[in-house]
Amino acid sequence: MSKKMPISVTVNGQTHDLLAEPRELLIYVLRERLDITGPHVGCETSHCGACTVLMDGKSVKACTVFAAQANGASITTVEGLGTPDSLHALQRSFREHHGLQCGYCTPGMITRAAKLLEENPTPTEAEVRFGMAGNLCRCTGYQNIVKSILAAADEMNAEQEVAE
Amino acid sequence: MTRAVHQSTPHDSASLHVAGSARYIDDIPEPPGTLHVYVAQSPHAHAKLITLDLEAVKRAPDVVAVLTAQDIPGTNDCSPVMGDDPVFISSHALYCGQSLFAVAARSRDAARRAASLAVAQWEPLPALLTIEDAMAAESYVLDTRTLERGDVDHALQNAEHTLSERFHIGGQDHFYLEGQACLVVPSEDGGVHVRSSTQHPTEVQHTVAKVLGLADHAVTCEVRRMGGGFGGKESQPALFASIAALVAHHTGKPAKVRLDRDDDMVMTGKRHDFRVDFTVGFDASGVIAGVDVVHAVRCGMSADLSAAIADRAVFHADNCYHLPAARIRSFRCLTHTVSNTAFRGFGGPQGMLGMEQIIAAVAAHLGLDPLEVRRRNFYRPGADTTPYGMVVEDFVADQIVDELADSADYSERRAAIVAYNASDAAAATGIRRGIALTPVKFGISFTTTHLNQAGALVQLYSDGSVLLNHGGTEMGQGLHIKVAQVVAEVFGIALDRVRPSSTRTDKVPNTSATAASSGSDLNGMAALRAAETIRDRLAVVAAERFNCAPEDLTFADGTVSCADQHLPFDALVKAAYLARVSLSATGFYATPKIHYDAERFQGRPFYYFAYGAAISEVSVDTLTGEYRVDRVDILHDAGRSLNPAIDLGQVEGGFIQGMGWLTTEELWWDSAGRLRTHAPSTYKIPTAGDRPRDVRMALWDQGENREDTVHKSKAVGEPPLMLAISVLQALQEAIWAESSQAGMLLDSPATPERLLMALASQHNE
Ligand code: FES
Ligand code: FES
Repeated sequence: MSKKMPISVTVNGQTHDLLAEPRELLIYVLRERLDITGPHVGCETSHCGACTVLMDGKSVKACTVFAAQANGASITTVEGLGTPDSLHALQRSFREHHGLQCGYCTPGMITRAAKLLEENPTPTEAEVRFGMAGNLCRCTGYQNIVKSILAAADEMNAEQEVAE
Repeated sequence: MTRAVHQSTPHDSASLHVAGSARYIDDIPEPPGTLHVYVAQSPHAHAKLITLDLEAVKRAPDVVAVLTAQDIPGTNDCSPVMGDDPVFISSHALYCGQSLFAVAARSRDAARRAASLAVAQWEPLPALLTIEDAMAAESYVLDTRTLERGDVDHALQNAEHTLSERFHIGGQDHFYLEGQACLVVPSEDGGVHVRSSTQHPTEVQHTVAKVLGLADHAVTCEVRRMGGGFGGKESQPALFASIAALVAHHTGKPAKVRLDRDDDMVMTGKRHDFRVDFTVGFDASGVIAGVDVVHAVRCGMSADLSAAIADRAVFHADNCYHLPAARIRSFRCLTHTVSNTAFRGFGGPQGMLGMEQIIAAVAAHLGLDPLEVRRRNFYRPGADTTPYGMVVEDFVADQIVDELADSADYSERRAAIVAYNASDAAAATGIRRGIALTPVKFGISFTTTHLNQAGALVQLYSDGSVLLNHGGTEMGQGLHIKVAQVVAEVFGIALDRVRPSSTRTDKVPNTSATAASSGSDLNGMAALRAAETIRDRLAVVAAERFNCAPEDLTFADGTVSCADQHLPFDALVKAAYLARVSLSATGFYATPKIHYDAERFQGRPFYYFAYGAAISEVSVDTLTGEYRVDRVDILHDAGRSLNPAIDLGQVEGGFIQGMGWLTTEELWWDSAGRLRTHAPSTYKIPTAGDRPRDVRMALWDQGENREDTVHKSKAVGEPPLMLAISVLQALQEAIWAESSQAGMLLDSPATPERLLMALASQHNE
């Protein structure tokens, strides 16, 4: 058996110390060890985006990040953005604008969109399309996903203005 | 009064989905001791199994059980109809990827590693891989079927013009984002509880029982939701459920099968690819006198659902057009490839595309606008009988087409594109443009008549809240919310008082697959009836209290009223409970009017038709073959939509999925019969970036079902997929603009590579 290595990851604000297999992937640490099942597995080859999470502020596909690479990192999953009782603006927007059908891609979409809006709070439709091209959805035609993101951007910007 | 139906209510699980707390099979916490199962596969397309040595597999670390065909206590078959899909190979491999044995281990990784230690000896046999191979060898999995009406030979001989062409239609992988998955827990009495990502819980139940040698009542199948289905979870989950159940049965432990993407794509059936040959006879104005069509359908190694799929292709070989004489022959090819299966449209898309290509060829031959040819051949009074003898009573494609052509300026845009293609600018840039309008007429009902039935169970609790259960499954299409809306409407209560729940074979038995777009038609009606039964009982209690006739009561806004007397709904329910009135009921529905003589291929297989039309406009770079869909206009008939937002989602999603099928999604097998496009790296479904720039989509506001469906709605799951035929034909128009040889039909998928080849072959002529 290969040697396990101790790692420490902070997920949605909570720090976990674990012994990771050298080949273990971040997505399985989240899903199988920590029971954080919002990020899904769609392809395991970094094409579909269902497993998208934020790692130290960057969008990553957790199916192609080793657990060891996440040592010391801070991870945010869709669960860290909001809960069913207190949803993030993007989460509300995906619900209200029908940005989902089967919902399997949704956690990855929302987590990716959160990063997109952080980098570009006022994106054009074309920028949203481009920014979301790494996340596949087989059910929708992306229209309502794009609409949800643009509407959330508006809402977040309005909140921002009120706050200022 | 607040209505529950005809409202754009969000999906019932939307709040859970956006928070990441909606559970799919693989998200359910595993019961302690759960075993992970890997399914080992045949490396050959066609071969005889000589020996299979699994000793090393059994000795591998963390392995708990290794199971083969010998370990099946019941029947080694997981086929939906014909008895020809073994769970495990017993003597011959019939496709590359066919299930050979299963390893159950303490982790998925251990199971997978162990499986690679098997030593199998095979004697490879010659394999038929393509439609061409099978047709040449006359290798068929099912009898050839012919639908014939009128004197076709006479019509063709006497026609002013005739044309004969051949083209190919590619298959399609479902690429549901959640792969096949199932979790089986053994129960105390030798039975099993199966959680499966399936569109057909009853079939999973029955198959597992058959494989384990149990009575149906010993097996319960449950499904809360799927991460997409599209037909790929109709018959396909039975294999994986059977294997997980076998492991649970032999070990007494819970067992889970979850396929990774590559295995899923290799092991599971796809949309049937077709070769279509046709001869069409027509006059100088493009009016069709007769067609002779041959469908060669690649079914793969077994029948699966191919009989009904190939039949549906035949039923849609007319699309919206009256064919005075028609012969449609359907060859169901047996090949050594994975058994093809249901996929949104179920053969209808291939049949319809065949007809639309006939129209395109006729128009090109005569130099007419294809829309004119379409209009001249539409069904109309007096010319309204389909080749299978059904009178089209509800034809509205002509109205929808007129409205869409108008609102989208089809004629002006087409004229501008024709002018552009002839211009210096087009010559200088190499960019050609194309536009096409195609209509859809899609028959609603299972053509296997007995499947058109559904059941529901509605339970009203004494606090006035409702638990809803029915035979339909949720795969993202919004079935549960639509049926909940129907039930809330009956009771006149807020939607959040109705809770949809998992589909379970121990609540509603003997259900049909959630397929054929029939989910809300069938289950909505069954739930409506169950709710009405309970409401009638409540009405008796209320009428007594108000001293009025039950017919004079209204149930609205959470209140039951008779003139100026009112009672909160919840209070009435409590009163009914205290009066010892039953507050739960089942409902049942069987679609009326339909009948069909399969032998003669005649009858009324469909309760009604769903209609739509789309216009697509494209630009093609003739130097590279690359293209862009610039604009799409869609008008679709969902009847009186139960939930317009949900239905529009189906329209758009269906269109984009159809566009993927006809443009970028290419399945490619090598000469040994191995699928080489088995991951998203090589198999390209549309991304957010591929979506047409400008999409204008609407539900037809005059839509109303003539038949007595639930609140006059129409089924909407499959029909919109076929709107994408307009994309293929717009590409074809653009290619044809490049050549004097207009009329060469494009094979699909029309990848840039294929467009480039089409252009090159035209240049060479
Ligand atoms: S599962 Fe990670 S990108 Fe698909
Ligand atoms: S909603 Fe099903 S994959 Fe996106």
